[in-house]
Amino acid sequence: MDYKALKLIASSNPHIRNNEDTRSIMLDVIIALCPALAWSIYRFGFRALLAAAVSVGSAMCWEWLYRKALKKPQTLGDLSAAVTGLLLSMVCPVTLPYWMLVLGNFFAIVVVKQLYGGLGKNFMNPALAGRAALVACYASQMTSWIDPNAGWAPLNLHGADVVTAATPMAMIGEDFAGLTATYSVSDMFIGFVGGSAGEISSMMLLIGGLYLIFRKVISWHIPVAYIGSVALLALIFPHGNDPVQYMLYSLFGGGLMLGAFFMATDYVTSPVTKKGQLIFGVGCGLITVFIRTFGSFPEGVCYSILLMNCTVWIIDKHVKPTRFGVVKEAAKK
Amino acid sequence: MNFGKQFKEGLLTNNPVTVQLLGMCSTLAITTSMANGIGMGLSVTIILTLANIFIALLRKVIPDEVRIACFIVVIAGFVTMVDLSLQAFFPAIAKSLGVFIPLIVVNCIILGRAEAFASKNTVLASAVDGICQGIGYTAVLLVLCFFRELLGAGTLFGVQIMPKSYVPAGILVLPVGGFLCLGALIAAMQWGLKKAEKKNAKKEGEQA
Repeated sequence: MDYKALKLIASSNPHIRNNEDTRSIMLDVIIALCPALAWSIYRFGFRALLAAAVSVGSAMCWEWLYRKALKKPQTLGDLSAAVTGLLLSMVCPVTLPYWMLVLGNFFAIVVVKQLYGGLGKNFMNPALAGRAALVACYASQMTSWIDPNAGWAPLNLHGADVVTAATPMAMIGEDFAGLTATYSVSDMFIGFVGGSAGEISSMMLLIGGLYLIFRKVISWHIPVAYIGSVALLALIFPHGNDPVQYMLYSLFGGGLMLGAFFMATDYVTSPVTKKGQLIFGVGCGLITVFIRTFGSFPEGVCYSILLMNCTVWIIDKHVKPTRFGVVKEAAKK
Repeated sequence: MNFGKQFKEGLLTNNPVTVQLLGMCSTLAITTSMANGIGMGLSVTIILTLANIFIALLRKVIPDEVRIACFIVVIAGFVTMVDLSLQAFFPAIAKSLGVFIPLIVVNCIILGRAEAFASKNTVLASAVDGICQGIGYTAVLLVLCFFRELLGAGTLFGVQIMPKSYVPAGILVLPVGGFLCLGALIAAMQWGLKKAEKKNAKKEGEQA
């Protein structure tokens, strides 16, 4: 039988072309994160780069130590630990002490990823779980945001005299009028606001996200479903008088872009079918808006993705692709 | 009767918390400070020993069909005694342990030992079993308390131990920290026990 003549539609995994492996995918993710990283260095100074370097280095160290201690084959070459470290540094405030980043990476790599069996077996996104652990441990350090507009210092290494400021997400619920007066929509989009190291510029993240979609590293389903559902809910239940304005602030504020393109699309912790990915994205969007609106935290992206990570097995169980060549239950009777 | 063997079982190879996985609720809940750990550990040890002695004494009288109810009555009696004594003599500890002292009535360790050991063994052996299992429980509590209080609050027995610059890892005194620490302790103990088992098996293999 000539398989090449068949019109086969490739869907779900595993379908790996021989020129594409974990390493090249992870490298693409790192490349896609570069614009956002560059922007955070431009806005927050040299410390953003150092924090990222410490985070990546410690993530790789933990992975190496764990695999060494348990006499397992080393997996540093697939760069997945580097991506986890880079992402963790981007979802933390730039002022976070380095040793906290090292601890966060320990939780992400050893507890969340390696204890479950390593890459491909973890049920939660390691970087986000690391962030959640850091928030639980060091809540005040994880929620003190410097105001990058207060004094621009490209070589600011210690940040001893930083001015803290509320992030757009802290203002959007309580003081939306104040937020629109402080930052314009273009400020929010380009990234002249405060926040976690890598989340401030929606534009740079969007560039990276589009690069990933263009390179076919991720599909559009999760980001579109996620961002779309947040946008829709913001349009239906706006603060202030202008629904479109509120929607744009909801989309560009906080970690939505970073989460939607780089965290929710993690292969290991998202559903395999396209339909399942749409459900997953909508679920993330709903929980994000619920936490932002009703929760005690100003931002809900991290927890929404972690919560939906826990439901992936249910989604995968119930959203199965159509099977061909199988007699239907009804037809059998 | 072999005191050494029973002691080793209670502390390590058949530890009530890390091997039998009993009494997890109180273990997770109260191990936030060393004072709590000692108070709870001692209370459980006393109740466990007394309950074991009485149930061993009554083991031929108690009808098999209603034995659980009878065990609970005996245990509840001792729990009430300990609860009232604590409130009278150590009101601070009684307050900080709160509902977990009355809840010892339904602690699976005590019921489990009554069912598995005291109802089948002599009074003396049951008393020793109660003491050994109680020590095993207390040891686990103290290990957990040590790490959770030292790293989660920077103190031991309420006294500042860590330097002022130390930022306490708040997660450890939260319930989630209890689960993480207990999980790590169980994993470490199982790893150690498996290793010792392998060593023994090898030794026996060589002898044979």
